[in-house]
Amino acid sequence: MQVTEYKPLIVAFCCNWCSYAGADLAGNNRLAYPADVKIIRVPCSCRVNPTFILRAFQRGADGVIICGCHPGDCHYTSGNYYTRRRMATLFSMLDFLGIERERTRVEWVSAAEGAKFAATMNEFAQKVAALGENKRLEDLRCKK
Amino acid sequence: MQKITREQLIDQASELLANGTVSTVLGWGAGEFGYDVTPTLFKTAEEMQNGFVFNDFCGANFSKYLVSKTKTLEGKLLVFLKPCDTYSFNQLLTEHRFDREKVYVVGIPCEGMADIAKVKEISGEGISSIASDGDRIVVTTLYADAPVKIDARNVLAERCIHCKSKKHVAYDTLLGEEGDVVASARFDEVTRLESMTPDERFAFWQNELSKCIRCNACRDACPACTCETCVFDNPKSGVENKSPSNSFEEQMFHIIRAFHVAGRCTDCGECARVCPQNIPLHLLNRKFIKDINTFYGEYQAGAEVGSRSPLTDYTTEDLEPSEIFVGRNEHA
Amino acid sequence: MLKCSLDNVQTLFAEIAKEAKLYLPIDNADGTAVFGEWSRGVAWSNALNTAKSPKDFFFPQTEDLMRFRTEGKKIEVIDVRRESDDFVVFGVRACDVKSFDVLDRVFLSEPCDSFYAEKRAHGIIVSLACTRPAETCFCGIFGIHAAEPAGDVSAWKTEDALYLRANTEKGTALVARLSSVLEECSDDAVNAQKESIAKIMNKLPLKDLSTEAFGGGKTQDLFHSPAWDALSSACLGCGTCTFVCPTCQCYDIKDFNTGNGVIRYRCWDSCMYSEFTKMAHGNNRLTQKERFRQRFMHKLVYYPENNDGLFGCVGCGRCLAKCPISMNIVKVMKQIGGNKGE
Repeated sequence: MQVTEYKPLIVAFCCNWCSYAGADLAGNNRLAYPADVKIIRVPCSCRVNPTFILRAFQRGADGVIICGCHPGDCHYTSGNYYTRRRMATLFSMLDFLGIERERTRVEWVSAAEGAKFAATMNEFAQKVAALGENKRLEDLRCKK
Repeated sequence: MQKITREQLIDQASELLANGTVSTVLGWGAGEFGYDVTPTLFKTAEEMQNGFVFNDFCGANFSKYLVSKTKTLEGKLLVFLKPCDTYSFNQLLTEHRFDREKVYVVGIPCEGMADIAKVKEISGEGISSIASDGDRIVVTTLYADAPVKIDARNVLAERCIHCKSKKHVAYDTLLGEEGDVVASARFDEVTRLESMTPDERFAFWQNELSKCIRCNACRDACPACTCETCVFDNPKSGVENKSPSNSFEEQMFHIIRAFHVAGRCTDCGECARVCPQNIPLHLLNRKFIKDINTFYGEYQAGAEVGSRSPLTDYTTEDLEPSEIFVGRNEHA
Repeated sequence: MLKCSLDNVQTLFAEIAKEAKLYLPIDNADGTAVFGEWSRGVAWSNALNTAKSPKDFFFPQTEDLMRFRTEGKKIEVIDVRRESDDFVVFGVRACDVKSFDVLDRVFLSEPCDSFYAEKRAHGIIVSLACTRPAETCFCGIFGIHAAEPAGDVSAWKTEDALYLRANTEKGTALVARLSSVLEECSDDAVNAQKESIAKIMNKLPLKDLSTEAFGGGKTQDLFHSPAWDALSSACLGCGTCTFVCPTCQCYDIKDFNTGNGVIRYRCWDSCMYSEFTKMAHGNNRLTQKERFRQRFMHKLVYYPENNDGLFGCVGCGRCLAKCPISMNIVKVMKQIGGNKGE
């Protein structure tokens, strides 16, 4: 019998202007981060609607991370400030419902921070792996 | 228990109908059993004499009706608003959901409304009449020999136990005495849940949300839920559904709904009042209100017209999402 | 008539549960009662009725019909039907028992709904007479007798004993295997209870509500009644009345995309919803008034028209208790039918 190592599925919403470019830089610099991090490009971190996050969990994500430009650097001037408030309140609510708070995260990653992107993903994936599979926000119908 | 009487309300409305200030009155219509009142439109003083009631069971918040009723109405609509209803009224005005000029608000004082389920716990089923006598509610039933007298304070609706304000924040005419914003313990239950372990909280909410039958009453009664088409009704949204197929969909619906009204919810408590399955939905809204107060400073939605909801606002110094749990009074 | 002392009722439940799953009303922490599975130590609720009706047992709120698994260009169709185990639903009130007749006519007439029929075949109904009906009860106006509940087995509960009478083959088989806990007895106690129930039924506030204006053939009289405007004016368009109703049987069939296939399922739908029976051309009922009218016309006119005069309402009173704005079928009957019921 083959025992496969548990690898968490991570969905990373990355803003087009900073974090997606940061991920690109990480790739160009051959910096390793888990292959199970699936990047979804969004125009701005504030495009991420709470529904996206829940849908990611529904479809099998074990952790969801939202990456955007550093506060003050938003391509649209203020988008990430809204992200900051929305995600703070949303994450607090998820915790209130008893969902592990380590499964969600916001990180600011600039286009120059390829190393930070890789380090963040490695660290986040490790933390989520320690939690194990997402059971509390899972949809059994979507399991294979 | 109410300090203002049905007759006072009828007199006020009749006068405004007679002098042409308003064309229609939105009030409470009598039902079959004394406690089952229905929001009703009255056109004349005579109609009000026949069918209008005001008693301890007039809990329904009329503010949301203004969105639909003012669209088709000729003339002005008189609406009776209790203090808590006026917050929803202001919030809807802030969101430009109806024309203020088409509404005449008569503010009425409220001593707190009764919850018929709590009354029945004491009196039992089979109510044949129900009336107020000072601070008491007198219930006669088919099964008790003598009328059951209940202290009205013992059967207050949950939201009235934790009344946040006796002050009207909007009105054209005020009947009775104006009250004040009151200190309430409305966040105590949220704090109690926060102090549980995540496992306990998860178990608590799984138990509560599993009762959901997705009747959408919470949403349809909510004065903050005024979208033309809700995302959960829109087949193109990808998340539309008509039934809570599993625990995920229950969580999804209630998280998204609470989040969508976060920063706009005035804590009127209609969601929990109308829930046929007695899910304490107000706790989700109160959690958001409590967090917003803690993270971004005290804010009461609807306290004034035109105020900016904290979730559509920001400062450059805001808390990071990674900092929200720092220093919180934690479970072991 | 068979009898079991109330002290012994848990033994009776244990005997039933030996060969079939047993469901009965159980008290919830929030003061309501729900049908739940019995296991040793679970107490039987004294509540008059459950918050949700027992229609879930045969027509669940959500039910998978089939699945499709996709792999590349291949589609596999998966049959999800499973044969149910026998089960007993205990303590069903007279109104709810009658609701099964209403549902049967919809689901068991040709073409027969095999999902419903399969569960119906495996379910055994033990009914229970109501000794303390609520003010919201009006089963009597539809010819239902609270003291004479139908079902496979009828039951009466007195201060100290539970009385049982088998009505059908299934019911006879059930009581036959419970003989160790049941004893033969006279009908006296049950007859006394029936009399006292009859007296109470005569005092219920809605006992004189008239059904005269309703029934088949009344569509033209009632459809254009001006009263619908005012009645539907405050309706929120939620589905509470529909989902607590024991006879509402409309459903939608939907596909859920799981990411690796499709689950085709059906779920309760509500005629109060804006997207009810929405089709490619749009919606055929555009206002809440039309949706509201549909619900009551269906119960009071269309259904009896198609079903030999049987009304689509059993008077359980759940919608009276649960409607957020207290608008309900009784108020509709009084306004539209032009009777005050006094």
